[in-house]
Amino acid sequence: MQFALRMGDSTLVLGHRLSEWCGHAPVLEEDLAIANTALDLLGSARHWLSLAAELEGGHRTEDDLAFGRDASDYFNLLLVEEPNGDYADTLARQLYFDAWHTLMLEGLTGSTNAKIADISRQARSAAAFHLRRSSDLIIRLGDGTTESHDRMQRAINDFWIFTGELFDKDGTDETLIAGGVIPDVATSQPAWQNHIEHTLGAATLALPPVTAMRSGGRRGVHGEHLGFLLAEMQFLPRAYPGARW
Amino acid sequence: MSELPLWEIFIRSQHGLSHKHVGSLHASDAEMALAHARDAYTRRNEGVSIWVVKASDISASAPGDKSALFDPSNDKVYRHPTFFPMPDGVKHL
Repeated sequence: MQFALRMGDSTLVLGHRLSEWCGHAPVLEEDLAIANTALDLLGSARHWLSLAAELEGGHRTEDDLAFGRDASDYFNLLLVEEPNGDYADTLARQLYFDAWHTLMLEGLTGSTNAKIADISRQARSAAAFHLRRSSDLIIRLGDGTTESHDRMQRAINDFWIFTGELFDKDGTDETLIAGGVIPDVATSQPAWQNHIEHTLGAATLALPPVTAMRSGGRRGVHGEHLGFLLAEMQFLPRAYPGARW
Repeated sequence: MSELPLWEIFIRSQHGLSHKHVGSLHASDAEMALAHARDAYTRRNEGVSIWVVKASDISASAPGDKSALFDPSNDKVYRHPTFFPMPDGVKHL
């Protein structure tokens, strides 16, 4: 259940973040594209949270899990809760996530748990498209004007400290890896690094300097921004429990 | 960003049918136009293939030439296949 929550929370929180761009993106075409990405992630989040609710025993639903938990009970990656910033920030965050997400889903399709394998198979092609999109846009911005290059580089550097957590493992992970339920993320790290280096190279951007990494999201220890995000996302169901429309 | 070129989008809805014009969008090149077209026009399983064509590459007939182009065909009735007796029982003509 912990693993399903982690996947569900990361996709839900990132989906919500991206949906904040709806109506505000730099051009209409990007607005549609980013809202589509948000919807894909939200769809995935529903699958993961339904699975989590089921594994828990069924006394809570996916909605209860999404709208009824506080920040300390959310187990998303720190990376995805960071604010949108400018478009360079959003894309840097997206590239790091997409590259990890596609590899994770790829590994999960071989899960010994049929439901996990199923959810991952469904999400895989959308994730592959997201990765193509974020990589392509970063190459365009990095290899664009001086200003777009500088802003892209700054964003790539700023989000780097959150990428260590993508490959963290704890006891829960170890147990699931041993049972063949989830892949060992450490083995995907070189492929992730490779994709990032290749993309940044094509974008004429430099790989960020080695730094101490920040983590904690997967244990429920979050930064200051998640609470505000949840407050907005959860307001309606909490103020009007059981509301329907 | 309005300086980005305009692209016309054509989608083949299923194999065997021809590509049909569905709309247009702005993009900096063909690759980006394809990606945007996927998001703007194929969310509901609409297609099996997308064409993107730069709007500036399309040559169109001028509305003012309408009579010169199309009128002559109207007074040549023999061009229209209306002189054949229809056998009874043919439904789809």
